[in-house]
Amino acid sequence: MNLGAVTAIYKAEMARFFRTLLQSFISPVISTSLYFVVFGSAIGSRMDRVEGVEYAAFIIPGLIMLSVMTQATSNASFAIYFPKFIGTIYEYLSSPISFLEVTLGFVGAAATKALFIGLVILGTSFLFVDFTILHPVSMLAFLVLTCISFSLLGFIIGIWAKNFEQLQLIPLLVITPLVFLGGSFYSISMLPPAWQIVTRFNPVVYLISGFRWSFFGQADVSIGVSLAAIGLFTAICLGIIWLIFRTGWRIRS
Amino acid sequence: MPPIVSVRDLTKSYAGGFTALDGVSLDIEEGEIIALLGPNGAGKTTLISTICGITMPSGGAVEVGGHDVVRDWRKARDMIGLVPQEIALEPFSTVWNNVRFTRGLFDRPRDDAHLERLLRDLSLWDKRDAKVMELSGGMKRRVLIAKALSHEPKILFLDEPTAGVDVELRKDMWRVVERLRGEGVTIILTTHYIEEAEAIADRIGVISKGRIMLVERTEELMARLGRKELRIELAEPVAELPQSLRREGLVRAEDGSALIYTYDTHAERTGITALLADIQAAGLQLTDLSTSNSSLEEIFVGLVKEDAA
Repeated sequence: MNLGAVTAIYKAEMARFFRTLLQSFISPVISTSLYFVVFGSAIGSRMDRVEGVEYAAFIIPGLIMLSVMTQATSNASFAIYFPKFIGTIYEYLSSPISFLEVTLGFVGAAATKALFIGLVILGTSFLFVDFTILHPVSMLAFLVLTCISFSLLGFIIGIWAKNFEQLQLIPLLVITPLVFLGGSFYSISMLPPAWQIVTRFNPVVYLISGFRWSFFGQADVSIGVSLAAIGLFTAICLGIIWLIFRTGWRIRS
Repeated sequence: MPPIVSVRDLTKSYAGGFTALDGVSLDIEEGEIIALLGPNGAGKTTLISTICGITMPSGGAVEVGGHDVVRDWRKARDMIGLVPQEIALEPFSTVWNNVRFTRGLFDRPRDDAHLERLLRDLSLWDKRDAKVMELSGGMKRRVLIAKALSHEPKILFLDEPTAGVDVELRKDMWRVVERLRGEGVTIILTTHYIEEAEAIADRIGVISKGRIMLVERTEELMARLGRKELRIELAEPVAELPQSLRREGLVRAEDGSALIYTYDTHAERTGITALLADIQAAGLQLTDLSTSNSSLEEIFVGLVKEDAA
């Protein structure tokens, strides 16, 4: 195991993050605040409690998940696309490092950044809403797993993308709709029956549901199913990455 | 002693049907400097890329230090430093961090003294805290070399290191190469310039259309190719060569404003002194003199003809 390489990649990626720390910090704070103003105060004041939870508090897990998923995906996809774009990918290919080590370095850094942003949003939420986290350990576990799995997804997108448009395509076209339809701002039980069936095929539903259970102790689907879903999603991403490196697809000609 | 790099019947074809390498076999001895000469598109870079792990071979095998580059890639790549032809560097990171990063990728323990000496050798020490994007093209190329040497490789690949490089950098680079030669590092470089290969390489390989045309010791090859041209610019064009100047190898240039004399640098007498004396005796005024080696293209033509004969 080439741990030196994993550390080198991780540090270099984190250095990129710290160079733009202010932006990385401020933009999630501002967008979260806006969500609380719009959904929490403006709309939330006219809404009933959702499954026994005040609406402004109810949306917190979804808000965190929305940002964490998009940030993890875009961070990881950009991190591996950039060396392809500027040509420094040659260095990763000619160094004594395996696919696992490259992935650990890049995905580890992207997940760390996403985790940081998730925690910043969580912290900001306490400024707006009074709430307690029922299962903090499980909450952290779901958060970390989501950071990792969506960083893996982003990593795949970055390898697949041949230009900047493609890099944006999946996050815009797939992830954002899935998150919005995944019960970020409502309970699945509030949907018409037909849509409830459709959402069963949306993997994000299981993540948000499990995450919300960690906060408020109530969920759309059982916690075990949530864990299995995120485990499966992570395994699929890892399998795809393993295949990519094995075949050299879009990387090694 | 077994060769440190052994290439056997290496082929590389692309999906489009293009064959970049067409059965290349080459043994490189430990500690030698070998120059691969060839025109653009000859397959030089593909050969290097395949040895270094950037490109997968279609057929044949490559061993580096006895390790197969496909099966035992980690040990093979661990020995290699690569300076690519195109400048590709992380632009937002500093020179120092760029070089340390590469050393990290090769899992070497931190050694700031080694990196400092490297940066000093390449006149980069003053720029160590500058971001790569702030550097000139020549400086960026120096950073590429520093990166390739950061992990103290046993084998160094230089892919057209002097293309578009100024005299200062060329001098620095050859000084570093001399030092590495002293340390027993094996160096493989590609170039368009025969003078460069002649000055530095122990052996020269000529590659064309994905095949190795020949590999010879530099002295032997230069002896075969040692023809030079002397171009003599005249103040007044001559309509025809004066009788006293007529000799083998001398011709009038297109419009008579210059004379071109081809000679063998390895001959006992080149005939230059006699020619210049005769030109003076004939009363011709000179404005300029220049010499040039046979170009690589001419050498190829010569080699291919020789091989056909």
